[in-house]
Amino acid sequence: MRRITSLLLLAAALAGSLGAHASEGQLKLATDADTALVMARCAGCHSVDYIQMNSTFMKRTTWEAEVKKMIKAYGAPVADEEAVRIVDYLTRHYGVE
Amino acid sequence: MTTRRTILRSALGGMALVGSGLGSQLARAALPQGALDSGVLERLPGKQPLLKRSYRPPNYETPLAALDEAITPNDRFFVRWHLMGISEVDAREWRLSIGGDATSKPFELTLEQLKSEFEPVEVVAVCQCSGNRRGLSDPHVPGVEWGYGAMGNARWKGARLKDVLARAGLAKEAVEIAFDGADRPALDVTPDFVKSIPVWKALDENTIIAYEMNGTALPHHNGYPARLVVPGWTATYWMKQVVSIQALSKPLSNFWMATAYRIPKGKFAFADRFTSQENETTTPITEMLVNSVITSHTDGTSVGRDKPLLLKGLAWDAGSGIRRVEISRDGGRVWEAADLGSDLGRFSFRTWQFALNPASAGPLVLMARATNRQGSTQVSELIFNNPGYHNNVIQSVTVNVV
Repeated sequence: MRRITSLLLLAAALAGSLGAHASEGQLKLATDADTALVMARCAGCHSVDYIQMNSTFMKRTTWEAEVKKMIKAYGAPVADEEAVRIVDYLTRHYGVE
Repeated sequence: MTTRRTILRSALGGMALVGSGLGSQLARAALPQGALDSGVLERLPGKQPLLKRSYRPPNYETPLAALDEAITPNDRFFVRWHLMGISEVDAREWRLSIGGDATSKPFELTLEQLKSEFEPVEVVAVCQCSGNRRGLSDPHVPGVEWGYGAMGNARWKGARLKDVLARAGLAKEAVEIAFDGADRPALDVTPDFVKSIPVWKALDENTIIAYEMNGTALPHHNGYPARLVVPGWTATYWMKQVVSIQALSKPLSNFWMATAYRIPKGKFAFADRFTSQENETTTPITEMLVNSVITSHTDGTSVGRDKPLLLKGLAWDAGSGIRRVEISRDGGRVWEAADLGSDLGRFSFRTWQFALNPASAGPLVLMARATNRQGSTQVSELIFNNPGYHNNVIQSVTVNVV
């Protein structure tokens, strides 16, 4: 939990310096064991309302394709094992099985 | 919060159609639930409240009620960025570099030089995100889940791109002109947002480097101090905070050209080819399709029986101009002509209105359909494509006659 908080603070500080909206800090993702991982790997480049607004209609394969795009096209630093957990998390909370 | 969501739902057609025999025929286009829930009205610095799609990078759309005039006010104009590193540009420090391998005399401009050394020209033009209405795709597709409001219309003032290119000694070998803005990705490995257009479009006299929007400086979030204005084409080419213009003898090859903003070949009717970027199956999106929107009424609005109802909205296309807008009140069987507002130019929004007196109580479905001067009109069923582009499905709004 401490890790989530520090990441959120980091994201908020980063966002503030780049002119993003202060309300971003109030976004809340579904909480479970992998929330911290998702925040750490996704929120460095974009606010997590990208996840929320893209719900709930994506199957596991579509979330897989999105995560793959983030890694291959945008260079998100995500290890293979982490990508699996992130796809699981997104499908579990923001997808349709 | 509840109020915001209620407003949003009614504004974006999330309501169920109740008690109408037409309900089964008319698909209810609605945003994904997650987009309805997270799409709150928020105020960016210098802006009126807009519908937030994402905080970072900032993506905000204009509420339909704020699109009730032909010209969209700067403080209501939609906001769309791809990368999170968006700096406030100091106009005194800003420089525009013009060069590339297909120029002989690369040079740099200050903002003052851009304003004073080239003939200022004006054009009224619609700026519409390629993905406007993506959120209404059925089935839904991933991306920024826009409703109807990722678009605006402004009077742009600036220098002709062709005049600036001429000073750089544009070579006949040039095939594309590429643009980079001051925005930067969070990670060095993320592709910088750089876009190109074919030379023929760059040399069109309507393509300008704009430093004024509706008589004043551009808002920061709309590209201050200068942006490309590419009338007729979707907003992906309208580079904001432009800092570099490169004339290239070979096609630009990057993620934003080769992978993103492409449409499947053969699905859509359009005229403007971008041949240097075409491949076997896809081609870059180019001009906007003819389209219209109802701005005066939303689903579920109560209107009086036997009372005058003035339906209003906007129509636009890629620059042939709007020939007519028609309204149907019987599910698309009979179409009646709406009155067109003043013509601000062929690239502009055209306002329209239609007066009626609803005679019977209950749900009343109203549809609007625009036709351009080439005879192209809107589709009644979505031409589905994975990126969710080019949604010009005839909109229908169900008001409640009481």
